[in-house]
Amino acid sequence: MRSSLISNRRLIILLAGLVTPAMQVLGESAYVTENSKAASLESCVAPTDDMRRNHMDFLRHGRDDTVRDGVRGLEYSLAGCIDCHASTDAAGKAVSVVGKGEFCQACHGYVAVSPACFQCHRTTPDSTAERGSLGYRFDADSRHPIGRPVDRETDHEQ
Amino acid sequence: MSKMYYRELRCGVPVRFWMGLTLLGSIIAIGLGAAYYMEHNGHWVTGMSNQVVWGLPHVFAIFLIVAASGALNVASIGSVFGGPMYKPLGRYSGLLAIGLLAGGLMVLLLDLGRPDRLIVAMTQYNFKSIFAWNVILYTGFFAIVGVYLWTMMDRSVGKYNRPVGFAAFFWRIALTTGTGSIFGFLVAREAYDAAIMAPMFVIMSFSYGLAFFIMTLITAYIWGDREIGDLRLARLKNLLGVFVGAVLYFVLAYNLTNLYITQHHGIERFILLDGGVYTQMFWIGQILVGSILPLFLLYSPAFEKSRWAIVAASVAVLIGGFFQIYVIVIGGQAYPMNLFPGKEVIESGFFDGQVADYAPTFPEAALGIAGIALSLAMVAVGARVFKVFPETLED
Amino acid sequence: MSNKCGPPSTDRRRFIGGTLAAAGAMTLAPGVILHAVAANDKATAGASGEHRWGMVIDTDRCADGCSACVDACNKEHGLEGQGRPATDAVWIRPVKLKDRQTGHVNRLVMMCQHCEHPPCVDVCPTNASFKRVDGVVLVDRHRCIGCRYCMMACPYKARSFVHEALSNQSVNAPRGKGCVESCTLCVHRIDAGVMRTACQDACEKEGHAAIVFGDLKDPKSEIRRVLKTHDSVQIRADLELNTGVRYLNL
Repeated sequence: MRSSLISNRRLIILLAGLVTPAMQVLGESAYVTENSKAASLESCVAPTDDMRRNHMDFLRHGRDDTVRDGVRGLEYSLAGCIDCHASTDAAGKAVSVVGKGEFCQACHGYVAVSPACFQCHRTTPDSTAERGSLGYRFDADSRHPIGRPVDRETDHEQ
Repeated sequence: MSKMYYRELRCGVPVRFWMGLTLLGSIIAIGLGAAYYMEHNGHWVTGMSNQVVWGLPHVFAIFLIVAASGALNVASIGSVFGGPMYKPLGRYSGLLAIGLLAGGLMVLLLDLGRPDRLIVAMTQYNFKSIFAWNVILYTGFFAIVGVYLWTMMDRSVGKYNRPVGFAAFFWRIALTTGTGSIFGFLVAREAYDAAIMAPMFVIMSFSYGLAFFIMTLITAYIWGDREIGDLRLARLKNLLGVFVGAVLYFVLAYNLTNLYITQHHGIERFILLDGGVYTQMFWIGQILVGSILPLFLLYSPAFEKSRWAIVAASVAVLIGGFFQIYVIVIGGQAYPMNLFPGKEVIESGFFDGQVADYAPTFPEAALGIAGIALSLAMVAVGARVFKVFPETLED
Repeated sequence: MSNKCGPPSTDRRRFIGGTLAAAGAMTLAPGVILHAVAANDKATAGASGEHRWGMVIDTDRCADGCSACVDACNKEHGLEGQGRPATDAVWIRPVKLKDRQTGHVNRLVMMCQHCEHPPCVDVCPTNASFKRVDGVVLVDRHRCIGCRYCMMACPYKARSFVHEALSNQSVNAPRGKGCVESCTLCVHRIDAGVMRTACQDACEKEGHAAIVFGDLKDPKSEIRRVLKTHDSVQIRADLELNTGVRYLNL
């Protein structure tokens, strides 16, 4: 009687021991950080499975198009990932996507892959860049020259 | 000539070998630690800056790479030009060449801003870049010298020795031409941008490589309690003298040309007269220690039979060679580029018109010395496990 | 135009479900993906060889003691000094010159001259240094191995090496330790269709208007008008690099 109780308890511990990692994997497989824009969306720019499997290739293609050919506003953009997936802390401040347990780190830490992206790219949304006019935040409405031509004749022909 | 037997090099006192290897190993470990320190913190912890972008590690690396191709000369003389006195030294010549190149490349690689991207350098080639060509020349050198060693050591492929020797000889000329052209092809800086850089580097390689060869050969034979004949050493010694003189000639031609061209008077004045440490390195290091002293030691009748004079001359050539490369690489960068001819820079946000400061730091030196240690360790292990050295080099 | 992080529109669903395969963004095999560019209506067309972007700097207008363009460049690209002048990044710098013979004083700003035949591109072993079809010379930091050969080759000392780890970079100019960088001619603005550089804006705001940016291939552009009516020089014109940055009154 007594021994069977012990063995039951052992069994429960064993089961718990087996199930917990599986639950972790399950939890991680549905990973979107709370308090991020992504948490409120149904899916990413492509179906979740596709993104999970191929995001690195999407980004790799996009980066050459952007850097070398000047193609901006691509569907797959690292800055887009960060804007959407960075969570905010209690004070509403953006948290780095490579912080412990945050969107990028959670998976990459789990699979022991260290992406080189963030040696150059920032890990939080950029609030200083003017929205709608610059960089990746391409907006068709802003495509007109601003400022005025300077009248150069007046002071050189004196 | 009697038959030559090669045997693995064993020290008279076995503990000497392991002590030596341990010492080299710890120097290498310190150098790797230094490289990690520099990479982890970024290059601001070194003496290098946006003005002097190539520092002490590059001096060590270029010195070793240049010496590597020169070390192969002894083998080339033996199998390509048919010098029977040199033939038994061919195997060691190949081994030393591989070792020196490996040491130099380690230093060069670990000083990159992104050494983790070696794979990019190996897969993305810009064929207009002499650097990209050098990547091919360096890796090809390992392969060709490897095959060359095989044809020397394995009698079954011995018949290919001569063609492979030819290939290796041309490859090594190409390699040093490529290394010299790194500087020769730089239009921007007055100290470089000269076609003579390529042949000068070739002749420098002859000199440094042979000095390395003689120094390590004598050490190895003392170490292994084996004999070298005086006649053979006299050959090597005379050859070294010719190479040292040839380097001096090229230095003369290079400087005379610059002295003739008014536009280059600034850099000449800097190197020859008022460049401070660079002027001292040129006159004391390169000319006095690196050229005049070894010529005296090699040709003075007083030292005709002295082995120590030969070793001392080799060491002096190497010290002088190191300073020569230092003056070329760092002196050439320290002297300001003349962006606005006829105008004096009175204010600049980026050190225009000023002689750049460069003071090497310990980690840079540690990495460079580790390169030499790696070369020597590879040679020591190679000589112990392969039949590289003839049992005796008696005349 | 909808923000890409907004709620998924039915538009996009149709796009994903229907046109994805045809448009060529689908996965053919692991690691093999066709270009997604054509499929994306938001993407810009990219750099075009019909333009060549350049700059004219009027040294007479460059005011002594002014650093507005430098500050604006630093802010635009998130360049922050570490208090170590020898290793800090400098994309644009003021230079004051005095003629040795006549004593005439000039002031100007130096930056990457965006050469037609850039030596940095010639020497780069990995093609990380490259010239876009519209003449902008850039460093592809995805390929730069940090060998600094381009810095040796540049006749204008226009490039900087990132000597320390960075964080919080500007989204306009991702940059990091161990790579080389220089003036991008505000390429993020060009690509967004804003044909003004940060330095030009700042200079104009200060009332100097010493910098004119524009298309050297467009006969009707302001920069072409200025270059046609004024004598301009290239720095180190002897090298025949045909720089995209020209100077007036030097």
